[in-house]
Parts: sequence; C-alpha cells; structure tokens
Amino acid sequence: MAHGVRRDSPKVPDFSLLKRLARDQLIYLLEQLPGKKDLFIEADLMSPLDRIANVSTLKQHEVDKLYKVENKPIISASDQLCFLIRPRIQTVNKMLICKNKSLIICIFPVQFYACEAVMEEQGIFGDVTTDEWAFYLLPLDDDIISLELPEFFRDNFLAGDQRWVRTAGSALHLLHSLYGPFSKIYGIGRCSKMTYESWRKQVEEGEQRPRQAEIGSVFLIDRDVDFVTPLCSQVVYEGLVDDIFKIKCGCVEFGPDVTSSDKSIKVMLNSQDKVFSEIRNEHFSNVFGFLSQKARNLQTAYDKRQGMDIQQIKVFVSEELKGLKQEHRLLSLHIGASESIMKKKTKQDFQELLKTEHCLLEGFEIRESISFIEEHINRQVSTIESLKLLCLLSVTENGLLPKDYRSLKAQFLQSYGVDHLLTFSNLRQLGLLVEQQPGETLTVMESKVGKLVNDKTAGKLTDAFSSLAKKSNFRALSRKLNLVPKSDEEYDLRVPRDMAYIFSGAYVPLSCKLIEQVLERDGWTGLEEISRLLNGHEFAVIVDSKQENDADRIILVMFLGGCTFSEISALRFLGKEKGCKFIVVTTAITNSSRLLEALMDTPV
Amino acid sequence: MMKSKADEEDYWNSSKFKAFTFDDEDDEFSRLKESKQAVNSIRQLVDDDDDEDDVEKVSWSGEPVGSISWSVKETAASNQRTDREPAFPKITTERPPLNKSQSGLSLSSLFKGKNKGGNLQSFTDTLGDTSVRLFAPELRKPKSEYKDFVSDWTPVETVQRLQQGKAVSLEKFRSLQDKLLLLDFAVAAHDGNVITAVLIYLKRSLCKEVLFRELESRQTALRHFIHYMTETRDQRLLLELLRSLGRTEDVALLQYKENKSIKDENKRRDFVKSCLSLPFSPEDSAHVQDHYTLLERQIIIEAADQRAERDGKMEIFQRFPRKAPILNMPLITTLYYCCLYHYNESEGTYSSPLNIRQTFKISEKQYFATVLAARAKLKAWADVDALFTSRNWLGMMKKRSPLSFQRVVDILQKNSAPTQVLQEYVGLVDDAELRISLAQKHKCHDIVINTFRDMKDRQLLMEYRKKVERGSAEEKKIDQLLNNVQIRWKN
Repeated sequence: MAHGVRRDSPKVPDFSLLKRLARDQLIYLLEQLPGKKDLFIEADLMSPLDRIANVSTLKQHEVDKLYKVENKPIISASDQLCFLIRPRIQTVNKMLICKNKSLIICIFPVQFYACEAVMEEQGIFGDVTTDEWAFYLLPLDDDIISLELPEFFRDNFLAGDQRWVRTAGSALHLLHSLYGPFSKIYGIGRCSKMTYESWRKQVEEGEQRPRQAEIGSVFLIDRDVDFVTPLCSQVVYEGLVDDIFKIKCGCVEFGPDVTSSDKSIKVMLNSQDKVFSEIRNEHFSNVFGFLSQKARNLQTAYDKRQGMDIQQIKVFVSEELKGLKQEHRLLSLHIGASESIMKKKTKQDFQELLKTEHCLLEGFEIRESISFIEEHINRQVSTIESLKLLCLLSVTENGLLPKDYRSLKAQFLQSYGVDHLLTFSNLRQLGLLVEQQPGETLTVMESKVGKLVNDKTAGKLTDAFSSLAKKSNFRALSRKLNLVPKSDEEYDLRVPRDMAYIFSGAYVPLSCKLIEQVLERDGWTGLEEISRLLNGHEFAVIVDSKQENDADRIILVMFLGGCTFSEISALRFLGKEKGCKFIVVTTAITNSSRLLEALMDTPV
Repeated sequence: MMKSKADEEDYWNSSKFKAFTFDDEDDEFSRLKESKQAVNSIRQLVDDDDDEDDVEKVSWSGEPVGSISWSVKETAASNQRTDREPAFPKITTERPPLNKSQSGLSLSSLFKGKNKGGNLQSFTDTLGDTSVRLFAPELRKPKSEYKDFVSDWTPVETVQRLQQGKAVSLEKFRSLQDKLLLLDFAVAAHDGNVITAVLIYLKRSLCKEVLFRELESRQTALRHFIHYMTETRDQRLLLELLRSLGRTEDVALLQYKENKSIKDENKRRDFVKSCLSLPFSPEDSAHVQDHYTLLERQIIIEAADQRAERDGKMEIFQRFPRKAPILNMPLITTLYYCCLYHYNESEGTYSSPLNIRQTFKISEKQYFATVLAARAKLKAWADVDALFTSRNWLGMMKKRSPLSFQRVVDILQKNSAPTQVLQEYVGLVDDAELRISLAQKHKCHDIVINTFRDMKDRQLLMEYRKKVERGSAEEKKIDQLLNNVQIRWKN
C-alpha cells in the first residue's frame, strides 16, 4: 500500500466455500431427525437460507412442509418438527407448546444461556434437542460477506450487551483458518478491540495449520466511530436502490412501477449481473447516460441480423441471441428502476434534502438548515427522514443548542406522536441526538475560531474540552482529515477524484478515510490526534511483516454494527486507486432507515 | 402457555396455516415449466421481445420457482385443506421419568455442555452420574472426593468453559466474593453470553438488595442485566433496580412505554393519566400531559363524529368520507383532521382548530402549514386566501405568511391547486430568480412575462415567446411588450 503505484487488482479468494459449509451443517442438522419432518423457519432467516439451499435440498432430506415462525401458535400434523430460529427469548417462548413431538431446534448462529434458562424455567429443557447452526458468514457477493445479524447494532451499541462479540470473533476466526493467516490487524472502537481479543483467544485455543495466506490485512471498525456516513442520503446507484427498494440478502424486489407490468420481480443484485456490476458504484447522475449508451450498443448488436444469410442467423441465434436478450432484460429493469428513483426523488424534494445535508457536513448555513428540518417536521414528511436530519445536525454540530433541541423535539412529538419520547431517549443514550451541555457551546466557538486561526490553536482548544465522552467531534475530524473538499472547486462526478464522489463530491466518508490513512501509514502513527477525537480504542498488530505476495493486497474490512453500500463503493474505488482489493465483512448491510428503525421502540 | 382444549379447537378452525406438500405441487410446476420451455423455444426464434420465462433459467432471477421463500409463501397461500387431526398440543399427565428429577438439577443442567447432536444423551449421562455419586457412596467417601466431582474449576477456568459451551457447574460459587470474582472474569472475557449466564445464577442465588448494590459499581454487568430483564419482560424487578439506582427518568419512561401495548382507548387514556405523576423531566412531563389531553379529546371527537357520520347530518362526511378513526393519531394529524371537518367551529369546542392550537401551543408556522394543506385539499380557496390576508396599521390589505411563499406554492401545488390560485402566491415570492423558476415550473405565464419586462430583458422574453402556445393571450401580451417603444430594453 505504501507505494501508491497502480497495479492490477489481485484475485479475490473463493468464498463460495462458506456457503457449502453452511449447507453441509444444515443437512447434518436435518439428518439428526431421520424421516419425514416439518420445518419451521424464523421469518428473517428465510432470505439467508435461500442463498445457500433450495427446496429440493430440503426435500432430499425429508422435509415435508415448510412454515414461517410467526406471531401465532405453532400447528403441524407431523410428529417431527425442526425449527430454524434465532436465539431470541420471545421466539423460544413459542416453542413451549410443542410437547410430545420429536423436536429439534437449530439456533442461528449460536445458542445463548439466557434462552436455555427460559427453556429450563418452562420445563422443556431436555425434552427438546437444541443445536447450533453455526452459519457465521454468508457471502453476498465476490467482495461482501455478511453475518446477517441486524440486531448486533442495537444489542451492542444501545443495550450494551456484548453477546455477539464472541460470534464476531468466531466469524473472524473462521475466515482466518480458511483464508489466513493474517499478517496485520488494525482496528478502532471498543467492540473491535473486544472482537480482536476474542479472536486471538480462539486462535490460541485451536490449532492453525500452516497454509498459504489469501488475505493479508484486516481492519476492524465499530459503527459508532462514524455515524455521519450512514446518516447521509445515498446517491450511488446500489445505495439508492437499497434506500428506495430495500435490498435483502443481495436480492431486491422491483414492483410493478419498475417492471412496467402488473407483477413484481425479484432480482439478484451482484457482480453476475453484467449491467448492474457496471453501474452499481456510479454516481446516480451518470447512470442514465451509461444505460442509454448500453441500449444503443444493444440495438446495434440486434441490428447485425439484418442482411445475414440463413446460416449466419442460425449461428447468431444459437450463440449471441440469448446473451443479448438477457442483457436486454437487465437493461430494461435497471432503466425502469432508475426512472422510478427519479420520480420518487423529485417528488420528495430530494435536491433540497441533499443541499441541507451538504450544509450540515460543511458547517455552513446552520440556521437555514435548522429551519428546513423544522419545516420538514411540520409537514409530517417521513418520520425516519426527519429523525435522520436531526441526528445529522446533532452529530455534525456536537449536539443541539438547548433552545433548538427543545423546540425541535416538541414539534417532532406533535407531528409524529408523543410515543417517540422513547426514541429520543434511545438516541440520547447513543449520543446520536443530544443537547449541548453548558460549557460545550465553546466547542462550536472553537470550530469557528479554528477556521480563522491556524490548526494548532484549534487543537489546543479542542484539548480542553475533549474530556467529555461521547462527543462526535465531527468538525475537528473533518478539518484534520480533510473530509469536506472545498466547495468552490468543480467536482466532475464522471471522473471521480477521491472517495467523496459517493456523496456528490461533498464529503469523504469518515470510516473509509480512516481505513485509507491507517493502511497508508501502516498503523496509527501520526494519527494520535484523530484517534483521540474518536475516543480511542485504536490498535495495530503486526503479526508478520515479511509477507510480500498477492495476499498482501487483499484487505478485509470488518464493520461491527453494519456498513452501507456507499461505503462499499468507496472502498472499491480506493482499492482500484491503490491496486488492492477490499473484502467487506459486515454484521449486516445498513442504511439510514435501518439504523434509525433499530433505535425506535416498536409496540410490543 | 398451555391452552385449553377448546381454545385449540377454536384456533384450529381459524388457522391460516395450510399445509403445502411438495409432491403434488412440484410435479405440476415441473410439468408447467417444461411446457413453458417448450413454448419458449419456439417463440425465441420468432419473437424479439424479452420474455419473462427466459429468466427462470438464468441465474440472476431472484426467487425462481423452487426457492425457499417462494415455497413458504405457497404454504401460507394455498387454500387446500388437509385432513389432519388437531393432535397437538396435547398435554399428557404422563411425563417421561427424566423430567421428574430435572428440577433438582436445575443449575448444573442449565450450564452443562452443548455436545453437538446429543443433548438428550448427555443429559442422561449427567443424571446417571449424579444419582450414583450423590446417593450411594456419599457416606463412605471423604468430602474432598465429593468436591472433586462438583469439579474444581477456578473462576477463570469456569468462564473459559462457559465460553466454549463445556459442562460446568456454578453452584460451587457460594460466597459473595466468589460470585463477584466469577462475574468480573466473565466481564473481562467480553462475552455477553457468559456474563448473562453468570448474572442469571447471581439473580437466583443472591437477594436483590445485594445484587443491585454490587451491580451499581459494575456498569457492563449492569447493562447486561437490564437487557436480560427487558428481554424476559421482568418489568417489576427492572423497575425496582432502576429505582434503587436512582434512575428515576428511566423508571418513568419504562412505565410510560407500556401505554403502547394497550389497545382499548379508554384504558389507554387512563393509563397515560396515571403516568402523569411519574418522575419525568419537567420537559417530558409536559409532553406526557399533552399526550393525555390529546387522547381525551380524540375519544370525544371520535364518538361525536362517528355519530354524525352515521346519522348523515353533516354533509362533509359524505363528501370526504373518513379514512380511519382519529384515535391515537399524532397531534398534527388531529389538527389536520379538525381543519377538514370542523374548520368553522367556534373556539369553544374541543374539535375547533383554534382551540387545539391554543391548548397545545402549536407554533404559528406549524398551524399555517396544516390549515393550508387541509383547506387546499378541500379546494376551499377562499379560506386559503383569508388565511394570508391581514390588515396593516393603515388598514391596507396585505398578504403575509409565516411560511415562505415558495413553500406555500409547494403545498398548494401538491394539493393540485389551479394555475390561477398558484399564480397569486408565486407572485409573492420575493427572490426574482426563484419566482421565475417557480412560475415556469407551474406555467404562470403572466408572472414570467412581467418579471422579464421589469428586468428589461428582451432576449429572455423572445426566448419565452417560443414556449407559450401559439395565438394565446400570453403570446399577444409578449408581442405587445416587444413592440412597445417606451421600454428601454437592456439587450
């Protein structure tokens, strides 16, 4: 990395092995209950299951009927039942009525003592067989692996429950034993550090067979190190599709407005899709141009047929037509999706929203932004979007002035319901939406002074106030890491200069910038000030620095608490620039809605 | 947990679970698929248009027939009835002998190993072990040897074994010091699962006063404990804990949270009323008071409106039928509702918008935006007009708005206001550039033309002439202006 010469990007390890492992495990579990059985699946495990097995796999192992575990009693005529569930106390409670049946409960991906305690208290412990479906990692694409643990974020960061730390460690351990040994491990954040330690311990407990490494470095990062990035509206194609249509396990359902027919189509979105793979990382403003160019090429290819003789047509039909038609279909789907995005985004005054976000990132026209947010709330436009703007305001400004906080909160409750008192309490606990404490207002002044005076003075002023925990310090970080490019320069989105292109050139994602800096410096040397502003917990461990092969250019980035498609796009860009390849491992794919929905208290 | 027989029968009849068997459906589908393919192979040569069925064969199509999500959907959807006996869940009085002795073993069995694939098996083993060693040879064996059976793991080893899911007993940690040592090592291992396991043991073996006291200085463990109790819905103990920690605001919020699960509106109102005395922060206390006042009012309004709707006395309910009851809606939705149905009521009634505005101290801006949207929805343009009109101190009529006129235009346009109405408000936008772009967007030709005239910009005016309809009044107006020799054009 140190020598910024562009090289061809290295070959990515084959992660399909992980799918095979998960499938074999599942089959093993199903065979624990020989003969015909009914299978009950927890609703949010269906998509992951779909990625590794299909109905015929299940049928081969004598699964008779399939049910979704829902909010109602379980009814089945079969004597043998198999459950695939997550280790949630509420779900376990539902198993209790299944007396007198042969029952096997497979827990994804680990069982918790708390669930066992519930089973014991209810008197079914020992009557049922529980086992773990140790399905830690689901490859969603060549370079994305998901733990499929959306609850990781809330459990770990809001509730402060470290139940998933060992799971994350085990996932890392699995990758290490299949594709390691890793030569360097970097990280930042409390959870990252704990995950690292848990992984180390598992390495010590087990044995590592010497093998040729396929992955060189690993970077662990907590989601709460950077809340700004996932709060920003996504404008890169894949991110936009996720924001609008919701990508589930690498699969999206396009409704009738996209397919321009009366039915919905489910489409896998990954590098296999030739059209998608070319536009997924593009800024949305380029997508239309690309698609229409593609359409013209396709027309030309079709037109070749004119003037062919019968023999040539035969060859054309057997060799080219199928590919062309597939491309045709993909193209019309993505054109449909883009049109639908355009329609939705103009209706919602998307431009104004983006403008406000950019102002907040830049720390410019804050009063105007606040009144925009106020109007947004007044008009009862989407709850999530209003919350997102409030949080972005708070995180970038290091909290709201008490007067603003009270008035915005009151108006929010009026528009969306007083029940959201609980949401506000959660957001405050997490530090996402807070009131500035008296005395802290100086930090705002400090950031203003910082702009006038040089960086050194600003640094000193920051020192004085950084003792308070849970501050975002975004302005100071932004200045030091140069996250917001100067706005007077033109930014050509067709030829991206840096990672800022994923946010229209307005902001380089903090998470990705950190990764870039640490890899460039081979550690945290020179970044002491930065890590202090980020509340510390950084580490860098060099296990073996001798390695100089292709594996060295494969870097695994593990996001604890979720990462967005925009961040993945930024890392892909960075990889191309630096001649390396990033593999993203995440507890789940997230975006602003998922992040905030996880923090709302839904009615029980 | 255990339903009575009658309940089961009841449930059974209404159950939406319908079985789906692969055997029948799958065959049909494969046959269907085959025929589709056969048809397609012909069509492919003839037809250039994309056909859906082609997708089935290529990998990128999301959920092809045969995928699991698809199949589960079928299970739920298929309406075939299978004859099955509601053989479940039956509660028999006969229990396997294993169960009887289970309770005596609770803690050790809880934390015993999770040998892959044979929990039942290993359980029996443990049981056999205990019975032999506990009852038969105890008298003759020295105590140390008995202790050896219980296993003499140190706290560190115990935590490690718990992490690995190996058999371990926590019962030997009896002194408070040992218990806390165990807890602290669990916390140091960063394994939430183990921390909770130890906490469950502590909860069972310590009185709550001692437990709470010790947790206070152990934040990580405390948070795990709170989370565990939240998940098991042990509200009573959780409240006690929070109270003992002096976290009064959390106590208040936690209790208030329960209102969400109360379905009956009257009970809900009473519950929220009972929350008023909880130790909220002064600010939140006011919000909860508002919640109560609002609910109370909604119940009254709903009852009255339901009657009015049924009796057909108020014409507005026929013209714009209510979509849903107003109960449990946010304040602003309620205000909007009242602006639709009760706009002209005197300030004394509960449902009068002005009364609502006063009671809940709604900001001027907010009030305007809501009234505007509601009256525009009803196309009551006179009301809209009146909303903005005020007299200044000279008695002159003037249009004034707490919202920017740009936003006003936006709201009107979203409620499909006619151009004439829009034009009036577009004209009031101060910023000339913004005014033109809005006017162009909403086809308010007069404003565009007048603004260009005021700017003395002949070029732009000529350009705009191309955009208006031929032979229209607008075109004439432009021509007149262009021919007007009095105007000193700047270009």
